[in-house]
Amino acid sequence: MGNTIKLTVILAILCTFAISSGSFAQQPAEGTAPDAAASTEAAAPVEAQPAAPPVEIKLPTDLFAGDLPNDDGSGVYLKWSVVPGESAETNYVIYLAESPDGPWAEALTQPADAVFMEDHGKYFPGFFWFGKNGREKQVHVAIIQNVPTGEYDKIGRQIHIPQPAGFTVKPNLGPKDDAGEPIDPDVIDVKTGLPKITPILADIQPRKIGTMYIKFTAVRDGVTAIAPEIFQVDAKEQWFTTSKLNAFIFAILFGTTILLFIARARRDPNLFIRRIAGLNAVDEAIGRATEMGKPILYINGLAGLGDLSTLAALNILGRVAGRVANYESSLTVPCRDPIVLTVAQEIVKSAYTDAGRPDAHNPDSVFFLTDDQFSYSAAVAGLMLRDKPAANFFMGFYYAESLILAETGASTGAIQIAGTDAMTQLPFFITTCDYTLIGEELYAASAYLSREPLILGSLKGQDMAKVFMMIVILIGTVLVTFGITFVKDLFTQLG
Amino acid sequence: MQFLKKKFPVLLAFVLGMVMFIREFVPAKIAQSLYEGFVNWSLVITGFAAVFAIISLLHYHVAKVRKKVPGYGFSVLTLVAYTQILLLGLVLGKDIGTPTAWQYQFVFVPMQATMFATLAFFIASAAFRAFRARTWEALALLVAGLIVMIGRVPIGEAILPKLGFLAEWIMNNPNMAASRGVTLGVALAQIAISVRIIFGIERTYMGGGD
Repeated sequence: MGNTIKLTVILAILCTFAISSGSFAQQPAEGTAPDAAASTEAAAPVEAQPAAPPVEIKLPTDLFAGDLPNDDGSGVYLKWSVVPGESAETNYVIYLAESPDGPWAEALTQPADAVFMEDHGKYFPGFFWFGKNGREKQVHVAIIQNVPTGEYDKIGRQIHIPQPAGFTVKPNLGPKDDAGEPIDPDVIDVKTGLPKITPILADIQPRKIGTMYIKFTAVRDGVTAIAPEIFQVDAKEQWFTTSKLNAFIFAILFGTTILLFIARARRDPNLFIRRIAGLNAVDEAIGRATEMGKPILYINGLAGLGDLSTLAALNILGRVAGRVANYESSLTVPCRDPIVLTVAQEIVKSAYTDAGRPDAHNPDSVFFLTDDQFSYSAAVAGLMLRDKPAANFFMGFYYAESLILAETGASTGAIQIAGTDAMTQLPFFITTCDYTLIGEELYAASAYLSREPLILGSLKGQDMAKVFMMIVILIGTVLVTFGITFVKDLFTQLG
Repeated sequence: MQFLKKKFPVLLAFVLGMVMFIREFVPAKIAQSLYEGFVNWSLVITGFAAVFAIISLLHYHVAKVRKKVPGYGFSVLTLVAYTQILLLGLVLGKDIGTPTAWQYQFVFVPMQATMFATLAFFIASAAFRAFRARTWEALALLVAGLIVMIGRVPIGEAILPKLGFLAEWIMNNPNMAASRGVTLGVALAQIAISVRIIFGIERTYMGGGD
């Protein structure tokens, strides 16, 4: 009896276990379809996981390759319309080769959703000015420039030529040692401590591309899609940059206007020019120095002769020197730039000769001090404190030393006239000098002092150009307010 | 002779001026080479001009010493400094550790820094003069100056949080408008002076008047 009970209990436990196991097996797996869940195969839950979808890369369908416009012949470009659904997860990788059979060198990688044609107005000004027509951010471009396609990069290192599937890649021979073994560019020579491959000058210089073959690929998640076409492009240098067409037209326009007014001044020399107080004070300053028997200090600024403000300062020096010669006063011209020195010496000498006073000219009046900025200021400040000139002229371009010079001059009680187009230094001169020629007045000074009709005519032309600019600014401002950027775009600097 | 002295420089200025103007619009490599060529020429000219500059410097100071003009001691100092640095540089070189490099590092550079530092005092005295509110314009300058100065330091914003914004507004609007007006005027004036020089209308810079 006892055995029977034991057997019954064991059977009951086994049955319960068996029933329980069966019910577990019939529970559908999470995330699987009920049908699949119904499967009793052991591997069913694993196999039922959906397989990762194959990486689908959409390539642009309207790829176009061409010679890069407005360049020196070192670039080519590819353009294509925006691909629907493009994202930064896809990278476009562009390869270059000198032959359609390769070897291909990776030239450029850019995200699929970046770089648009209007980002490169320098090369595509027509698109920027006239071609957008609501196509902003619709046309992508890839610009490939100065990419060496040989076996070395710009610093002479062996270039890595990637070999994506579908490419026929020629072996990259690379540099070799005397035994014909390839040299690893990263290997350092133990004797010299330098890389074994020394950059070669020819490789450092960007090369002209010439005829190039371009292959376009797209890469996402390690999968590469290759455009079927291989583009052949001839890179040529251009002789006119259309990106500066606006600057060219306005330069010609303004230049012609100025010449027309000069021609007009030849016929009618009675031109009215507004009074410039600082220039009217030139005679007063020279006269005062003459009366006091003290010298006149003239500084041409700290820029070189390549700076137009220095040329303007030298022009004024000629006029001032002529008047100093007439007044029989003395002039001191300390120079910072050696070339400015030689030109200033010649100008002062000629001014004395033209004034009929060559005998009064002192060759030592124009001299070189130093080309160091603060040494120069210290030396000029010393001159001011020792010689106490009665009039100081600060013309040309100045940097931080402007205040040291002008404030020292003010402390000596000299009458001071400054003229500069250095915007940051203007407040210092206005504060410390008696008269300041602001910006364009510096350039007008020579014309104003000479009263030559031809030169005054150029000022009239300049004024007309200014009127034109004011009208354009007014129209442009109104249009931009209403979202029309055409006029603003025409005046945008692209190149 | 008259041609070389008067006409040739004008012709040269015209040809080179036009070439450099056209070069600005030519992207071809030759334009860049041409520009680099001119830059190299100017370097060579500067080299020669430097000789004249040194002669001028020495002549000026020697003359002052000879004539014993007041303050000629400074000229003596200049001549001694020039001669010794030239000789030391020629004989011992200018590498680190040489007397030339030592003088540069421990004499010249500190003196330069000292001159630059004096600017702080000059700015203070100039500001004192500029900010005396004797007219309405000077008062406007004083107020704007104070707002910009205080608004651009951390303590300014701590005192009045809007001050920084106000300072930026002054700089970006009235100040920028005035500065762009001046810049436009300067640009047009530069075109005008360039035309005058290229076409030989303005010849004062060559010497010899008009």
